[in-house]
Amino acid sequence: MTPPQRRRRTPLEPSTPEPAPAAPGAGTEGEPAVPNPERLYSLTGTAAGAERASIDLVTLVVAAEDPPPTLTPEQVSLLRLCTAPLSVAEISAYLSLPFSVVTILLTELMAADLVQARAPIVRQIVPDRSLLEAVMHGLQKL
Amino acid sequence: MDFKSSDTVPGPRVEDHLPQTTRAAVKIVIVGGFGVGKTTMVGSVSEIKPLTTEETMTQAGIGVDDNFGSDSKTATTVAMDFGRIGITEQLVLYLFGTPGQERFWFLWNGLFEGALGAVVLIDTRRLEVSFDVMGRLEERGVPFVVAVNSFPDAPRYPAPELRAALDLAEWVPIIECDVRRRASSRDVLMTLMHFLHTLATRRAPV
Repeated sequence: MTPPQRRRRTPLEPSTPEPAPAAPGAGTEGEPAVPNPERLYSLTGTAAGAERASIDLVTLVVAAEDPPPTLTPEQVSLLRLCTAPLSVAEISAYLSLPFSVVTILLTELMAADLVQARAPIVRQIVPDRSLLEAVMHGLQKL
Repeated sequence: MDFKSSDTVPGPRVEDHLPQTTRAAVKIVIVGGFGVGKTTMVGSVSEIKPLTTEETMTQAGIGVDDNFGSDSKTATTVAMDFGRIGITEQLVLYLFGTPGQERFWFLWNGLFEGALGAVVLIDTRRLEVSFDVMGRLEERGVPFVVAVNSFPDAPRYPAPELRAALDLAEWVPIIECDVRRRASSRDVLMTLMHFLHTLATRRAPV
């Protein structure tokens, strides 16, 4: 039996501009990409339009101090989760909130210095071999 | 979107806490069609119970022309399973299993952009569902290996035939695996890491 054959697409993409990589809820123009804008607005306070480009799924978040009494319940929940470093993806999972909503909550908390964010190590054009070796070593222990 | 009260929000078990010394995370993306075994693979190597992050997508995000007016906008929830492996006291690895359709990839900021690399998980019964994803990864410059999840009733092609069918460059590794087994899933990740290391060695200035 012969397997189906993949046909490479032409190197030059025709004029189908890719949508901007900004996730739903990030923009300040157009309609919010969430089903219930009012609820989201109340959940995320006033910073809904703030930039969130620096927050990645695996940005590690650590709560900086005990929450002040003025915070929303969602912010308090988030801070309680992050007594030890925790990724944004995990926060999203535990709080059952979409990634985009978590990034907005975090943007507020970061602006108030209530959380510290530890940026991920991202792929480089020339990867760091010692980093790759560390990961290999870690996987071998599994 | 109901929000649980803050008293009942679940969190990581104490034994699942990362060390306070953890400075940074890296990620690997496992991408493949529905039912190909992404979630199984994440679960077999993860040190924590796999978790799910969700994102909401409207029609505007699906890439169809929005001529219908806002009344007809429908929201779709897209879920992505992920797991975690502690590497050192300073470093942690996250594994994300994501659908092959590119329209989902934009929902999570930087899902592929920052990833060390990707595993394209394929099922030889439905080889063609992986064609598009490999093209997309190539266009984005995301290094990947191909892992063939060996389902018992799936056709087995000789490696050269499979490579030709996938139109893969000869340096791109293809590995057979059984993602239900931790050792096998780990071997796939090791194959990816060795591949990345080879690329790094080749590209590094002397």
